[in-house]
Amino acid sequence: MELMVNGTPRATASSPVTPLLTVLRDELSVTSVKPGCEQGGCGSCTVWVDGEPRRACLLPVGTLEGARVTTVEGLGTPRDLAALQAAFNDRYAAQCGYCTSGMLMAAQALIDRTGGGPVTREQVIEALSGHVCRCTGYVKILDAVIAAANGEYEGHHGVEFEGDASQPEVEPKGAPA
Amino acid sequence: MRSSDTEALIPTSEAEAVEAFRDGSGVTVLAGGTILMPDVTYGRYPKGGRTLMLHRAGLDTVTDNGVVTFGAMATLDAVVASGVPPLAEAAAAVADPEIRAQATIGGNLAAPPGVASPRGDLQAPLLAMGARVRSVGADGERTEPVEDYLAHERGRLVLSIEIDRPARGAYLTQRRPHSHSYSVMAVAAADVGGGVRVAAAGIAPSAVRLSGVEEALANGESAAEAGAHAGEGVEPPDDALASGWYRREVLPVLTARVIEQLQGG
Repeated sequence: MELMVNGTPRATASSPVTPLLTVLRDELSVTSVKPGCEQGGCGSCTVWVDGEPRRACLLPVGTLEGARVTTVEGLGTPRDLAALQAAFNDRYAAQCGYCTSGMLMAAQALIDRTGGGPVTREQVIEALSGHVCRCTGYVKILDAVIAAANGEYEGHHGVEFEGDASQPEVEPKGAPA
Repeated sequence: MRSSDTEALIPTSEAEAVEAFRDGSGVTVLAGGTILMPDVTYGRYPKGGRTLMLHRAGLDTVTDNGVVTFGAMATLDAVVASGVPPLAEAAAAVADPEIRAQATIGGNLAAPPGVASPRGDLQAPLLAMGARVRSVGADGERTEPVEDYLAHERGRLVLSIEIDRPARGAYLTQRRPHSHSYSVMAVAAADVGGGVRVAAAGIAPSAVRLSGVEEALANGESAAEAGAHAGEGVEPPDDALASGWYRREVLPVLTARVIEQLQGG
């Protein structure tokens, strides 16, 4: 079956009862999607399916025939950051970075749902309530999302990257396991 | 291997789903997937066999004509949107937005009891509301009260859940900081006309009605007095979230608060 991953059709040969996370990382080499708890409790593997945030570790790939899957590469690139990514970078909202791609997908979905912002602190807390960060203490993450939604950062907003984002700009070291 | 060798069955109607399920032997039913997919990842998923994937079976509709009927595949988001008390409050308290968009009412009801922590957060409000479950199995289709459904071995395919919208409902869930988004236990109460029904989750393998509390309320006892009957006949478990002792101590308080909320609202 076929999925659209960041605008590019990608075929998968995995069994329908395979987590999307496994397909993205092990079969399609999209390693920005981070495996954390792999049981739905940490939020690090969050991607968009047809524009809505979902846990890649909990989604059977067989339910996604023809679906649009967007990973953090679909938000922006190192040379062309989304405003939210610029805010995370500027406000030290990422430390080790492991939770960041999932945080970004959930937060950008919130900003898009509210028509590009602004958003309240309570809305951000609710939208990120399933996302665990063991470094920052969350305050800088909340501040970054609110600042981006307030238009304090340059960069595009809620626009899916148009090119082929399935090929990472930085070559991964070694072959995927 | 983070995958399954199961044979996937993907019906496109309720009739096809029933046909594929047959008597249920060797079949794993995959609804939203939030409980089963970690079993794939961690190697606990049944080897071989067949998996009935229900995402295209058209079982996700919600209808409301006085009686509210939820298709088994209605998501927790759809349950929240229905606004039916106290079920909607219970669904809104489950996990986080991404999980509620994927998890289903049928999966929540039909999931076998959890080993490390309680499951089935919606069972208590469904019991309190006197919900009816339509399911199929080896002996065909039947519609039965949710307590009868919960009393027998699961082994059946849940198709829909119907509820008479109660006049009033109340729900409280109890969490502790380390329990993350899991509910330690929860109490639901509903005024269904002719009496108040009360049920609790997290104190037994499946949710149970608190009949001692219901009788006390019928006899005119206060919320606190009625709540004191909550522990009758139950042996709350020790698990990863709380000890049985802790649950036994907190349950009467939580129950009294739910009744106060119901009577005040």
